[in-house]
Amino acid sequence: MFPKWFDKWNDDNPTNIFGPAIAVGALGGAIFVAAMIVAWGQPYATAAQQTGPRGTGMHVQEFVSDLEAGDPTVIDYYTDEPFVPEEGEELAGDIYENVQVLGDLTDANFNRLMGAITQWVAPEEGCTYCHAGAADGNYADDDLYTKVVARNMLLMTRNINVNWDAHVNANYEVGVTCYTCHRGQPVPNNVWFRVGQVNSNAEGWPAIQNRATMTSNFTSLPSDYLEHYLLEAEDGGYNQIAVHDLESRVQQQPGDPLIQQTERTYAFMNYFSNSLGVNCVFCHNSRAFYDGAQNTPQWGTASLGIIMVQEMISEYLLPLEDVYPENRLGPVFGDAPLAACRTCHQGYQQPMQGLNVIANWPELNVIDGPPDYSAWEEAASE
Amino acid sequence: MAYFEYQNIFTQVQVQGEPEAGMEFTDDNILGGKRYGDGGFSTLAGWLGNAQLGPIYLGWAGLISLATGLAWFNIVGFNMLSQVDWSIPEFIRQLFWLALEPPGPEHGLSMPPLNDGGWYIISSFFLLISVMFWWLRTYLLAVQHQMGKHIAWAFLAAIWLFLVLGLFRPILMGSWSEAVPYGIFPHLDWTTAFSIRYGNLYYNPFHALSIVFLYGSVLLFAMHGATILAVSRYGGDRELEQIIDRGTASERAGLFWRWTMGFNATMEGIHRWAWWFAVLTPITGGIGILLTGTVVDNWFIWAQEHNFAPDYLEPYGYEAYGSYEDFGGIARGEE
Repeated sequence: MFPKWFDKWNDDNPTNIFGPAIAVGALGGAIFVAAMIVAWGQPYATAAQQTGPRGTGMHVQEFVSDLEAGDPTVIDYYTDEPFVPEEGEELAGDIYENVQVLGDLTDANFNRLMGAITQWVAPEEGCTYCHAGAADGNYADDDLYTKVVARNMLLMTRNINVNWDAHVNANYEVGVTCYTCHRGQPVPNNVWFRVGQVNSNAEGWPAIQNRATMTSNFTSLPSDYLEHYLLEAEDGGYNQIAVHDLESRVQQQPGDPLIQQTERTYAFMNYFSNSLGVNCVFCHNSRAFYDGAQNTPQWGTASLGIIMVQEMISEYLLPLEDVYPENRLGPVFGDAPLAACRTCHQGYQQPMQGLNVIANWPELNVIDGPPDYSAWEEAASE
Repeated sequence: MAYFEYQNIFTQVQVQGEPEAGMEFTDDNILGGKRYGDGGFSTLAGWLGNAQLGPIYLGWAGLISLATGLAWFNIVGFNMLSQVDWSIPEFIRQLFWLALEPPGPEHGLSMPPLNDGGWYIISSFFLLISVMFWWLRTYLLAVQHQMGKHIAWAFLAAIWLFLVLGLFRPILMGSWSEAVPYGIFPHLDWTTAFSIRYGNLYYNPFHALSIVFLYGSVLLFAMHGATILAVSRYGGDRELEQIIDRGTASERAGLFWRWTMGFNATMEGIHRWAWWFAVLTPITGGIGILLTGTVVDNWFIWAQEHNFAPDYLEPYGYEAYGSYEDFGGIARGEE
């Protein structure tokens, strides 16, 4: 195959080429990869958001591709500017029967909001998802549970926007509408139920942990943290989320936080992180989790959020337990579906990446009485 | 041999032939204790160490240790299996998540119900016996071989940490619930939670010492292993001979380090360095664990009181360094 002189030269000069070939190949490959990374850039580029002093390692890390992709449900958000009411315009409460919450809206805004709710919650099912007789023009009946639930949810949404302004508008106006949780689905994706014991043939502390469950975010940490911290305890209060002693040496007392509470808190904090797409150091300096002086302002916002969720659950979500049909109740205890951080945030620091969803919906930003349309009145008069 | 054959992570020289049985068994010769099996060879074992497997000496301490260790292993395993309703597929799926947990704090130091930590107490009792008898075995075998007891004392250092975690500290804290669960992920959860509960274990100086000795052990092991392999072409791997009859291997190894960093260990001394670093890792670690929750309840505050937790003057919160709009947030005014 090769010329004679070539074979002869090879025979006269025996050389082990495999050793150098491996070395040259490995080195050459490394140089090639390095050159490609320099020339084309890091294929898995990340971006960081600094959250605390330099030297503490406080930052949140994300893939640039994830940041650019964003929340896919944002694009489908339906919104529409309100109609500024005319002087003496007739109100929905006077026109229609059985309007208990939105009676102070004008007819145009009432129907605008009803249309939006359909888009936000039941775009495929349409009006009949709540109004069984919609085809016959009967919207007044409460014979579907969905309508009763929706009425309560309207009250809840208004309560969140008005009374929990410090949480939902902590940085600037964001607010919540039905879509913040529902995202076009009748049952929001991230509701939760009580799970209780997850292990068989065990009682107490060993029974509520050490299983890869959805609730435990597939860790072996306790699966009962949401019900433990967000539902009222037997004494009528809420279980304390605190695991540290605030002095270097203390006389331990019965009931002092124990390592078990730490694990449960860890599970809860892990839920926070996953819900918001952040890490521990978004709120804490991890060298001293307990120390308020080393927490970020986001810690305060999140703490308010915990109290907000506790109120939402006890005043709006738990009372609906008897209203739901069986197929909407929890698999273990037959309890009502509940909300927490992830139900709204869905993996983002602010729900829907901080989109101001409430801007066009003063109807959801009022406790009772007519909504405040002054922003559009000014625009109209100009 | 080409360099990539010689510089291999596996042992390159192995001897296989007639199994080496050791001393003859006689009643008056303690070195000839009863052994089981005839011995055989495994090439795979030869890559990692000596190719000969067996015979093995069991002895009463070894048998007690194996039996109680097996009891512990079975109690843990069957508890895990019962937690998944005796489903083998679930057992395999959840294996890394499952655990035999200590009792809840409400039981203190009393004997809890079997399904709420009782099995944990029973299995721990067996594990304690197993570990202590295995220690006795290392001691007695050293006696039989007329060796020093270095291995037994080093093992006892590790047992000290084990006893602190599972026996001494729970008793001082007044609750078996302080003990470490038997499970893959659960014992890691325990470790993290333990650190966080007591205000960050990294500010515990004994924890710091333990890390120093741990990393030091790693460094020494790498330096020593590399040095001996590097001079094995001069007979450096015959370390004990080189201690009393120093040859060119020892000279070269010593010169290398003395010229590199001005100081070198000796063929004997390096093994004392390694032994002490290894032994001090669990000893200091055990002291640190024993002090936690008993003497000191918040190590970070303790560190502040002792002036070695630095203050940071820059602000907390991302607003001081950028905005949410820079990091995925929807820009204001675009909606």
